[in-house]
Amino acid sequence: MMEEKRILISPGPHLWSGLSVSKIMYLVALALIFPSAAGVYFFGYHALSVIATSIATAVLTEYIAKRLRKRAFSMDWSAVVTGLLLALILPPMTPLWMVVIGSAFSIGIVKEAFGGLGHNIFNPALAGRAFMAACFPAEMTTWVLPMGFAADAVTCATPLNEGFVGPMDNLSLYRMLFIGNVGGSIGETSALLILVGGLLLLALGIINWRIPVAYIGTVALLSFAMGQDFIFHILAGGLMLGAFFMATDYVTSPITNKGRIIFCIGAGILTVIIRLFGGMPEGVCFSILFMNAITPLIDRYVKVRPYGLKKAGEK
Amino acid sequence: MHISLRRRGAPYGVKLAESKLTAASPIERAPLPEKVIIALHQNIGAPCKPLVKRGDKVLAGQKIGDSEKFVSVPVHATVSGEISSTTMLVHPATGQLVEALVVTSDGMDKWVDFEARDDIDMLSVEEILKRIREAGIVGLGGAAFPTHVKLSPPKDKKIDTVILNGCECEPYITSDHKVMLEYGKEVLSGLNIIRKVLSPDSVYIAIEDNKEDAIEHLRELLASMGLDGNWEMITLRSKYPMGAEKTLIKSILGREVPIGGLPLDVGVVVHNVSTAKAIHDAVFEGRPFVERVITITGAVKNPKNLLVRLGTPLRDLIQNCGGMDGEADEIILGGPMMGISQFDLDFPVIKGTNCVLVKKNVPINERDCISCGRCLEACPMHLMPTILVRYVKAGRYDACKEAYIDDCFECGACAYACPANIPIVQYIKVAKSELINRAAKK
Repeated sequence: MMEEKRILISPGPHLWSGLSVSKIMYLVALALIFPSAAGVYFFGYHALSVIATSIATAVLTEYIAKRLRKRAFSMDWSAVVTGLLLALILPPMTPLWMVVIGSAFSIGIVKEAFGGLGHNIFNPALAGRAFMAACFPAEMTTWVLPMGFAADAVTCATPLNEGFVGPMDNLSLYRMLFIGNVGGSIGETSALLILVGGLLLLALGIINWRIPVAYIGTVALLSFAMGQDFIFHILAGGLMLGAFFMATDYVTSPITNKGRIIFCIGAGILTVIIRLFGGMPEGVCFSILFMNAITPLIDRYVKVRPYGLKKAGEK
Repeated sequence: MHISLRRRGAPYGVKLAESKLTAASPIERAPLPEKVIIALHQNIGAPCKPLVKRGDKVLAGQKIGDSEKFVSVPVHATVSGEISSTTMLVHPATGQLVEALVVTSDGMDKWVDFEARDDIDMLSVEEILKRIREAGIVGLGGAAFPTHVKLSPPKDKKIDTVILNGCECEPYITSDHKVMLEYGKEVLSGLNIIRKVLSPDSVYIAIEDNKEDAIEHLRELLASMGLDGNWEMITLRSKYPMGAEKTLIKSILGREVPIGGLPLDVGVVVHNVSTAKAIHDAVFEGRPFVERVITITGAVKNPKNLLVRLGTPLRDLIQNCGGMDGEADEIILGGPMMGISQFDLDFPVIKGTNCVLVKKNVPINERDCISCGRCLEACPMHLMPTILVRYVKAGRYDACKEAYIDDCFECGACAYACPANIPIVQYIKVAKSELINRAAKK
C-alpha cells in the first residue's frame, strides 16, 4: 500500500509559525477597532461613513490595481488597514467623495504603483492624508465638536490650534484629551482607546515596544526641554495614533532595532519642530513621512553585529 | 550547581511547539532488516573505498569500507550476510551521489569478535583515538564530523572546556533524550573518555529544561560515580536552536566563536550524548558503531524510539511503526527544522540520522518581504536573513559573502518566523553553492 503513495519533497524548515502577513494585518485591523469606536462615539454617523467609504475604496482600488498589474488579488487585510488608518486621521466631516479620492491615492499610487505591499516607501495612509491636505486644505482643517450622534455639526478648533479655548485647569484638560472628548481627527482624539489597541498589539508581539517608547519619549523630552507642557504634547493631536500604528508600519520603518530607534528619535524631533515652528498645527504626519523617506538610508548603514565578529580594537 | 535559566537562555532564536510524541516511549529494538544499504561516505571528509566485493560473506560489525585519509572513518556491515550488490545512492543529507554496498541479511546476525578492554586507564590517548576511529564514530547530532578528529585539536589550541550536548532542541526528536535515560552510564563513561583525551579544566552537561527526568537521572548517576563535584549540570531554557554548538557555547560560557572559526578556537569542544555513548561502546567493548537510536515520528500510526541497524531502509522503519497516516506524503530525515525531505522510501538511514519524521506536505506560499524584522530576531548568528535573500534575488553573491552568509548554519529559525513564508534557507543554500562554484572556477 505504501508503494503506491506519491511522496512529495519541500525545502526546510518543515515548520512554520503560521503568523502570516494576512494574520498580522487582521490583528492590526482588530486593534484599530478601539480608536475607531471612539471616533464613531464622539463624532457620530458621518465618521462611520468616512471609515466605511475609506475601507471600501481601499479594497476596491487594491483589487483593480492588482488586476491591472496582472497580479493575484488576495484579501490579506492590508488594504483594510490602510483604508481604516486613513479614515482615522481625517476630520470627521470630510466629504465622502474626498475620502474616495484620498483612499484611492493611498492604495493606487503610494502602495501599488511602487510594487504593492512590501515595496512602498511611504506609509500609504499618511501619504494619502498629505495628498488630501494639499488638495483640500479647507476641508482638511475643518474640525467639529464631539457631539456624538447629534444632528448638527458645530465647528471648533483642535487642541493644537491657536484658537482652541480649553478648560482652565490642566487636570481636566488632560482628562478630556485622554478620553478623547475634544475636536480632532476621527481616530486621534482618544488617547485611552489608542492605548488599548496599541497595548493589544504589543501583547500579541505584532509591534515593537521600542517604537512608541522612542517616539513618544522624544516628543515628551524635547517639548519639556523647550518649556512646553509635555503631557499636553503627548495626548493632543496624532502622536499616540502615529506612534502605535503609523511609525510601527514594518514596510516603511527600518528593519533593525537600532534603526527603528533612530527613526523614532528623528520623527519625534521633527514633530516638535513642526508643531512649534511650522506653518501647520500638527507635525506627526509629515515627520513620519520624512523619516519613511530616509528609512532605506538608515537600513543601509545600521547593521546588526554578527555573532563572532570581533569589535574594533579587540584582539 | 544549578544556574538560573534566564541568564543562560539564548538571546536569539524561536520558541517552538515541542511535539515530542515519543517522550514517554522506551527504546525498542527494530527487527533485523532483510537488507541494509551502507553508503561508503557518511561523514564529513573523505569517502571510503570498499574492502569487500559482490558475493563476499560478511559478519555484523565487519569493516567493509575505509579510507587512508585522516578526516574519515570506516563503515561496517550492520548485519551478517552477503554483499549482494554495489549501487549508487543519493546521499540523504548532501544530495551528492555516493557509492553504497547492499548487504542481504542471512538472518543469523553473526557478529565479529569484539576486542573488549577493561583497563582503559592503561590506554594511551592515541590508542583510545584509534579505537574510536576504527569503530566508525562521527558526531551524531547530525553533522557527522569524524569524532577522532574533533578529539585531536591542534597542539597550539588549549581546550579548557568540554560540553556534553543533550539539548535536543528540535521538535519531535527524542532519541538523545532516551539515550540519556536508558544509557546514562554509558553516556557519562563516554564523556569521561573524552575528558581523559582532552583533559579540560571544566566539563559541562547541558540539557534543556523540557527533559527534567534526564537531568535528574544524570545528576543521580554523577553522584553515584563520585563525579558531581567536578562536572556541572547546566539546565538551559528550551529555545531553538539552543543545541547548536555556537549558540550553546555563547549561552553557557558567554564566548563567541570567531567568524569562520571552530569551537576549539575559543577552547571548547562540544560532543553530543549519543556520540558519547558510542565512544564508550567503542573504547570499552570494542563495538563498532553499527546501530543507533532513531525517533520515528509524526504522521505514523505508532511513533517509536527504535534501536536501528544503520542502513535500514526508511520503508522498514515506517512499516514497523504502523505505516504512514492516510494524509501523509512527505518523509523527512532529521527533525522538522533542519531535516531534509527524501524522495525515495528505499533510502537507508545513515550515521547522522536521529529522526525520521513523516508529515503532510504543506505548500509554500511565498510573498514579498514586509521588512518586519522577525528573521533578524530569530537568527542565532545575528545575521540579517531578509537582506541576504534580497542579495540572492539580485544575484549579488559577493554582497552575500560580505554579509557573512557562510556563518549561517541553516537552522531555519528565520524561515519559521517569516510571515511572508519566504523559504529563506533555500535562498541561502543557493547562494552558498553558487559561491562554492565560483571559488572552484578561480
